[in-house]
Amino acid sequence: MTNPDLLPGPLPSSLQLTKEGHLKHFLTVEGLPPLMLEEILNRAEQFVTLPNKTQRKAPLLRGKTVVNLFFENSTRTRTTFELAAQRLSADIINLDIRTSATAKGESLLDTIRNLEAMNVDMFVVRHQHSGAAHFIARYCAPYISVINAGDGRHAHPTQAMLDMLTIRQFKGTFAPLKVAIVGDILHSRVARSQIHALTTLCTGEVRVIGPRTLIPTGIEQMGVNVFHDLHAGLDDVDVIIMLRLQKERMQHALLPSAHEFYKRYGLTEEGLRYAKPKAIVMHPGPSNRGVEIDSKVADGPQSVILPQVTNGIAIRMAIMSMTMGSQSGKSS
Amino acid sequence: MKQEIINAHIIDPDSGFNDISNLYIDEKTIAHIGKTPPESFHADHTIDAAGQWLFPGLIDLSAYLREPGQEFKASIESEALAAVSAGITQLYYMPEPETSIDNMPMVNLIMKRARAEKKVRVNVIGAITQGLKGKQLTNMGGLKYAGCTGVSNQRQPFSNTRTLRMAMDYAATYNLPLFLHPIDHALVGNGCVHEGPVATRMGLPGIPVAAETTAIAQIIALIEELDVPVHLCRLSAASSVTLVRTAKQRGLPVTADVAAHQLFLTEMDISDFNPLCHVQPPLRNQRDLEALRQGVADGTIDAICSDHQPHEIDAKLAPFQQTEPGISAFETLLPLIVRLSEEGSMPLDQAIASVTIRPAEITGSQQGRLQVGRKADFTLFDNQDFWQLRASDLVSQGKNTPFEGWSFSGKSSKTFIQGKCVFDRTSTS
Repeated sequence: MTNPDLLPGPLPSSLQLTKEGHLKHFLTVEGLPPLMLEEILNRAEQFVTLPNKTQRKAPLLRGKTVVNLFFENSTRTRTTFELAAQRLSADIINLDIRTSATAKGESLLDTIRNLEAMNVDMFVVRHQHSGAAHFIARYCAPYISVINAGDGRHAHPTQAMLDMLTIRQFKGTFAPLKVAIVGDILHSRVARSQIHALTTLCTGEVRVIGPRTLIPTGIEQMGVNVFHDLHAGLDDVDVIIMLRLQKERMQHALLPSAHEFYKRYGLTEEGLRYAKPKAIVMHPGPSNRGVEIDSKVADGPQSVILPQVTNGIAIRMAIMSMTMGSQSGKSS
Repeated sequence: MKQEIINAHIIDPDSGFNDISNLYIDEKTIAHIGKTPPESFHADHTIDAAGQWLFPGLIDLSAYLREPGQEFKASIESEALAAVSAGITQLYYMPEPETSIDNMPMVNLIMKRARAEKKVRVNVIGAITQGLKGKQLTNMGGLKYAGCTGVSNQRQPFSNTRTLRMAMDYAATYNLPLFLHPIDHALVGNGCVHEGPVATRMGLPGIPVAAETTAIAQIIALIEELDVPVHLCRLSAASSVTLVRTAKQRGLPVTADVAAHQLFLTEMDISDFNPLCHVQPPLRNQRDLEALRQGVADGTIDAICSDHQPHEIDAKLAPFQQTEPGISAFETLLPLIVRLSEEGSMPLDQAIASVTIRPAEITGSQQGRLQVGRKADFTLFDNQDFWQLRASDLVSQGKNTPFEGWSFSGKSSKTFIQGKCVFDRTSTS
């Protein structure tokens, strides 16, 4: 095993593109050109399938092995990645890290090296620490693609892209839209990726809404307007994205109670009236009904939460095929 | 043996001497500084140092040598050589949880190992609480008797303010210099970088400036009440400098230092998740950097130290939050100090004072100056030896430096302790 160097690496945004500008890894939305995001959305559009139809398998990843490397719990993301890989004809392995060698003290780099030795082609990584996917992309073998399925509070780019696909399906173009992201921005990798995606796609206005304890310092520099009042923030918006509030936030004195949060920042039918009449309501899941969103809204006519999930498979198929596409292009 | 160093540009910030001159050494001590030798002085050995600077040996207020206990990171042997190769002649060995210097045998062991190397002078800073756990005080009287030249709780928390107050008061009983790291651990939480726009963008948990300033304010309040001198270790923020400046203006016995890298790096340097820039306290923003430099220039910050923390490569090979903080910093200390004056932040002799006479005054060391009758500890610095840093070329066992690829205008060519040449670059390379 060669000793990896410790030189400062490229920025995450530049690491993920090949010299020719193709997608090699998918680590963050930040820094990707708008045309690249549109290409992902267009390609995903082709993979969107209708319910109750026989799913046809595309042969794009035939003979490739994808490893789901989840250091954190996940149902939705892992399952959609699994389905996406299968519909692209890839072999997919799920590694449950909690019972694997990492739990026995193996370092992340050693885990990666061992999987590499089994000749896998792609890692789908979820990790509790920011920068983990970037770290793996930097040190893994050059023929391997890494897809970030969520790292710490940093990024969850496939989630952001499936949200963009959903917004585009329901609203068309981004330029005239006002989008509000509501809730725990501080701990949310989804919010950060959504903000990058929305600003890259030239969305009219992006707002974040939440109590001061859950809005991180300097978030304005990412190109958003900050609101602490839900109704003022929802005024005239076209898209409302509710974020999940984790229960442990109450223990760290960030919030007094789930009840107060629901009263001030939970989305109810009443709050929804401040937004545009045809505004859509989104949630990356899993949602806490009665904490950040009322059941009547979550199941209401303006909710697009389930289309988001459906789009999740299409987006992941698009991104997996694009990153592996740059591979095969290079080797042939 | 009598030696003479001739034609050197001698800079001694203590006396203000700054001229091309000769240094005459009789055995271990400085016999004379001047253009002509003292009467009946016949040198057995002459070194022509034309074109080189001659500084008092550097005094580094904070270094982790990792031995005993973490020899996979570094050893006293490897780091003693690294220190003298960088012009450092005296260093303060800091306790850490893995090597909590809370008993006399440990002090004896480290001092014995250091003496055996016959290189750098190693002063041991003892733990102020048992195991650095912040609860029970150590036998500070015994530690002083064994040779400790100060006490500290390193970056570990005190269990409460009362313990801190008692520790300060008890250490003052023995006139032991107190090295306190101002950290409010509850405010640090799981933070690993400066709380600000870069941390927000990267999704890394932040450490607010208040984690440092509230601790400084608390320590200053205790100094005021107890009237005991305290040295504040590693300032990182502009508002910390302001607090210390005000305390000094009020005449309180407080001194402070800053790590050299804080004067050159900011939060922007971590924006590629660069684990080599993972340090504690964290790198803050450009305004903090400017304020720290200003603090050194106006004397608010007394000393600059390396805060040398050598690591094995694996300590830095992980996602940012999981990497260990610290820089292998001996060999960049003096080049960075010289660079401070090159960049116009302060005159050269003032920059040199922050690593020689001023740390000597804090700890009561007899070194840090060139004075007739004192031990001849000094370093020759070749300021025409342009070089580019390559981590793999570091003498230290730890190659963890964020300054890879930086260009510097010079480096130490020879280092002397008690008149003995302990490092000579011409013979090593």
